[in-house]
Amino acid sequence: MGTDPSVKVSASDRPGKRRGERKRIISISVMVTFVLGIVFAGVFNVALDWTNQEEFCLFCHEMKDNVYREYQTTIHYTNRTGVRAVCADCHVPREFVPKLIRKVKAAKEVWHKILGTIDTPEKFAEYRPVIAQNEWKRMKDNNSQECRNCHDPKFFDFSQQGYRSVNQHQVGLLAKGQACIDCHKGVAHRLPRLDQGVNLADPTGISLEIFRPPVPAKETPLTGETTTESAK
Amino acid sequence: MKKRFFAIVPATVLATGLMLLTGVSQASDDGGLATLRGAPVSASEKSPTGDGLKKAIETEPVERNYLDQPPVISHAIDDYRITKDANKCLDCHSVENYKKEKATRVSKTHFEAYDGKTLANVSSRRQFCTQCHIPQTDAKPLVPNTFQHAK
Repeated sequence: MGTDPSVKVSASDRPGKRRGERKRIISISVMVTFVLGIVFAGVFNVALDWTNQEEFCLFCHEMKDNVYREYQTTIHYTNRTGVRAVCADCHVPREFVPKLIRKVKAAKEVWHKILGTIDTPEKFAEYRPVIAQNEWKRMKDNNSQECRNCHDPKFFDFSQQGYRSVNQHQVGLLAKGQACIDCHKGVAHRLPRLDQGVNLADPTGISLEIFRPPVPAKETPLTGETTTESAK
Repeated sequence: MKKRFFAIVPATVLATGLMLLTGVSQASDDGGLATLRGAPVSASEKSPTGDGLKKAIETEPVERNYLDQPPVISHAIDDYRITKDANKCLDCHSVENYKKEKATRVSKTHFEAYDGKTLANVSSRRQFCTQCHIPQTDAKPLVPNTFQHAK
């Protein structure tokens, strides 16, 4: 115990020259780390953006002959003005952390592309209800943020909407806090089999409670900024 | 050398003549069909007027022209998809939803199955609504005719 203070004293009693050197090394290493950090962040972001391209998606995901074909007939692929929403605009969050989480989860989809889990129309039809409901749930849980990146209810011109739309948007979306996906399913891709009561009840189809979740009875406290302001 | 040249010339002339002949005959070959549109069957379609597709008239449903005519749809149905798995129309017109959506209820005549038995809901033989129902437009008849409304 008695030796410790003497060690401390000797350590703090270094010559000033060595101290200055140390300081310089620290400052240089901090600067280098900083610059490397910027470079790495830049490269990482560019790489992530690169993986968000339509062509990149087509390469590793099982989609070219099924969901991509379906999407090509919809308004998000082709329209009067040529403004498009590509795969990543709807299926990859823009925020950094959710984006990383989604990208990591996408590894599973690539794995199943390699395995060929859904590589025939029949296999795809079998898995479609599961896959569709996964994405519906994701879009419900984040309050359809990817839709809202372009479609902001704050800027809805209700005079341009049909009377049904006005009602649904003012009551369901704004007052009761429903998510876009609660109603707008099957917008860019075909729907899985639904149990719509055609012929007899169809247990293989998705029930209407899942397809059209009931509107909350009470007015939920308004969460997002957008909803509070537009509700007025 | 000369012999070969004299052989090539008539062959070329013959080939060109044949090509011209077949080309001409293809253009005017209607297979003996008469048309009402004032142009040969094989002629290409007239260029569109530039008005785009006819828009549906979204007002009151127009009158039916004859008994048992499938009523026309009084709204646009662009991007309303009907597949064997899902039917967009039934979103509003189904027995369950029509009241809530203030839509026309799907007719009970649509409950009859292939074997003539009446089901409790829409039969799958009526799944594809647009086989009979189309949006109402102000489209003029392509060919003049003397049809009159039933009275």
